Amino acid sequence: MDSIAVALAIGLGAIGPGIGIGILSGKALEAIGRNPEATSKIQTNMILAIAFAEAIAIYALVMSLIIKFV
Amino acid sequence: MSSALHISIAAEPLFNIGPLAVTNSLFTSWIVVLGISLLAVYVGKNLKKIPSYLQLLVEIPVGGIYDLAKSINGARAAIFFPFVFTAFIYIIISNWIGLVPGVGTIFLKIGEHGAEKAPLLRAPTADINTTLALALLSVGLVQFYGLKTLKMEYVKKFFNFKNPILTFVGLLELIGELAKIISFAFRLFGNIFAGEVLLIVTSFLVPFVVPTPFYGLELFVGFIQALVFSMLTLVFLNLATTHAEH
Repeated sequence: MDSIAVALAIGLGAIGPGIGIGILSGKALEAIGRNPEATSKIQTNMILAIAFAEAIAIYALVMSLIIKFV
Repeated sequence: MSSALHISIAAEPLFNIGPLAVTNSLFTSWIVVLGISLLAVYVGKNLKKIPSYLQLLVEIPVGGIYDLAKSINGARAAIFFPFVFTAFIYIIISNWIGLVPGVGTIFLKIGEHGAEKAPLLRAPTADINTTLALALLSVGLVQFYGLKTLKMEYVKKFFNFKNPILTFVGLLELIGELAKIISFAFRLFGNIFAGEVLLIVTSFLVPFVVPTPFYGLELFVGFIQALVFSMLTLVFLNLATTHAEH
């Protein structure tokens, strides 16, 4: 039962951030396509925003690790 | 499988000093603090007009974070910079020390008759206590500067009984401050601990070549998380010290 809980926690938790990161990088690429001179500025902000989106997946991962190892 | 892999979500205590249990991540954080202090004192004593390579290497992050602080906080950057840079340099070294060979792989026998084993060294930020302490410091500093610059206006942000809507908004703001602590602590802890687990599992499955790109990824994640922590602190400080617009 624990294994199912772990798999569900991380599996469901990864959906949202996955979509979010996809939208983020898609929009950033669009922006770079429109204005290639601003690449470096867009890139740093994109990476930061991706780090925030990724943090949500990390919360799910922490929960599943706690279920697995505690 | 769990017998071959040593993964522990909590830091293991190595020995006791009185009532204080010294865990492996606390021990490693002492090493980190000592290393940073020695480097800072050495570089600070040998400052030259024409910098040596070491001085240049140290000046790059100082200048980079100061520019970041200036771009976010403007004139107040110099006030906030010392804490933010200290947090940045401590977090980044703590994240990267987990990638040094030997950290997490040298085991020590602990317990009554050496029945259990625990790694001698562990990345400080892979322990929830360290990241929670950092989060409390950071959010505490935000409250301090908020109170210092805005005084009563800052308190009014949380406790406002003029009308029920503002009272409710104040309640939400209070919960928001608590959520800041939790998200700070778990973001850093989760990223670094998950990275360690990832490295352990990949090197358990395929010991050669395959883990190498993940090392690169973890170097990057360690840097990004340190940057995110300091940047968020700067943004929250900026939010807390500017007057609310009506």
